[in-house]
Amino acid sequence: MRRFHVFGFDVRDFVWTFVMYGLTLTAVAMLLWPLLTVFGNGLQVLSWDFLLASPEDAGRSGGIAPILVSTLGIVLVSLTAALPLAFGVAVMLTEGFNPAGWPATILRCSLDILAGIPSVVFGLFGLSLFCRQLELGYSILAGGLTLACMILPTLARSLAFSLESAGVAHRAGGAALGLSKQSVLWHVMVPVALPGICAGVVLALTRALAETAVLLFTSGYSDRMPESVLDSGRSVSVHIYDLSTNVPGGTLNAYGSALALLLLLALLSFTVHALTRWMQRRMTGNTTRSL
Amino acid sequence: MINDNRAISLEPFVRAASSVHGTVTHLSTAAEGHIDIQDLSVSYGKRTVVEGVTLRVPRNSVTALIGPSGCGKSSLLYCINRLNDLVPGCSVEGSINFSWMDNKHLAKNSTQLRRQVGMLFQRPNPFPFSIRKNLEFALRQHGIKAQADINSRIESSLREVGLWDEVHDRLDSSAIALSGGQQQRLCLARALVLNPDVLLMDEPCSALDPISTQKIETLILSLAQRRTIILVTHSLSQARRVADQVAVFWKLEGVGKLIECGKARDVFDRPRHELTQTYLQFA
Repeated sequence: MRRFHVFGFDVRDFVWTFVMYGLTLTAVAMLLWPLLTVFGNGLQVLSWDFLLASPEDAGRSGGIAPILVSTLGIVLVSLTAALPLAFGVAVMLTEGFNPAGWPATILRCSLDILAGIPSVVFGLFGLSLFCRQLELGYSILAGGLTLACMILPTLARSLAFSLESAGVAHRAGGAALGLSKQSVLWHVMVPVALPGICAGVVLALTRALAETAVLLFTSGYSDRMPESVLDSGRSVSVHIYDLSTNVPGGTLNAYGSALALLLLLALLSFTVHALTRWMQRRMTGNTTRSL
Repeated sequence: MINDNRAISLEPFVRAASSVHGTVTHLSTAAEGHIDIQDLSVSYGKRTVVEGVTLRVPRNSVTALIGPSGCGKSSLLYCINRLNDLVPGCSVEGSINFSWMDNKHLAKNSTQLRRQVGMLFQRPNPFPFSIRKNLEFALRQHGIKAQADINSRIESSLREVGLWDEVHDRLDSSAIALSGGQQQRLCLARALVLNPDVLLMDEPCSALDPISTQKIETLILSLAQRRTIILVTHSLSQARRVADQVAVFWKLEGVGKLIECGKARDVFDRPRHELTQTYLQFA
């Protein structure tokens, strides 16, 4: 290839470097822009009062306390339901079945297909199963369980992936010491896979927190403070959707709620990470350095 | 000429060699027993990787399995502690008997077998635990709970691999922070803490620098005074340095076979099989 030099600069290098920087800056800007918009507008309304008060006038004024409580309830229900199931599926995929055999292949395929199904479909499913057939009505429980179905496939796959990448070497090493599959799984694979498991959980949390469609017709959109998981409850994302589309003059409070949602997500993911580090330190017995 | 299914015993060579050369090695203790491998074949699915291996490994000595890649040395090694059970679709024919152990009991109980037959892998694979927990873990899982007993076993196995002086003041820091050579010695200590009779080593030095390699080789020689070591290695010079017996494998018509075995000195100085002669030119 011929190279062109101008004042000692390689023109081709220069152009490509320029393009790379340009693309990177564009990507960063695309991420920062919405974030800055939410922060800029949200900070105008966000305050302790906003977080601790009930919404008034369809959300145009007042705060979002019941909505935060409902959101936490929904997320908690969905994680509590989905995490053990996903973990079980992941263990079956990595330890139970032969990874090349047909049961594992079918399981993996169906998880992938389920993960690709639009959330509205899960919403309909939840409406017919949890709300109608199991007679849970529009409730936090029904919404949470439907969300659990929605995040289960992705969660199971990511848990399976982190258990797999925790290493054949440790599995063989453990077996060579005469340790049972179970003790290697619990005492070696899980501690090693914890960061991956944690990343999967945070991702599932994010999806659950961001979900609107599913919750519209499973947990409803009552903005009163829920008294139990059988009450209807509005999640923050549903609240944002409602304020920005159905309530004229609700835009600013929508931004405030969005900022609250971002901070809640940051808080939850920080908590999960801290918990992971603590658990890992306990499980590995390392006092100085983690992995 | 191919030594297909012919029984090859190392012992006559051992005796002959020591009487002829008058060498004084720790081989003199080798008469207490042996591992008998009878007509062993290993297949993964329909593909047979090694076939018809009959080999007698004397106790308390070092036996090196050598030969080019893909001729089934490691597959054979993994059968000895039944680690091949972990590989889906792997099937084994033939038998392996430890003359000094209750083979019926071991056949039923792979946990007990693996407690007696330790293993060192190609890449150091310490658990991502603290150094102490790496050694303590297996002991606790095998029901050894008394802390004093555990501590003394940890210390003696670390001393045995020469790590004690290097790590005794940081037993609670991560094993991952150790150098590759130290990690491999820790893995050796982890195997030794269960006090196994047999040690299997699958190219234990292939990921190590020359100094660490030398330390492991010295350890192999000292460990072989009380333990039976079976070592897969691609380094012919390593086999020459540490092995008492050598078994040469070769891939014939796509299947791994044992083509020659005998006392290390004999195989290296007077190889009988044509292929061995060619292979050893690379030494």
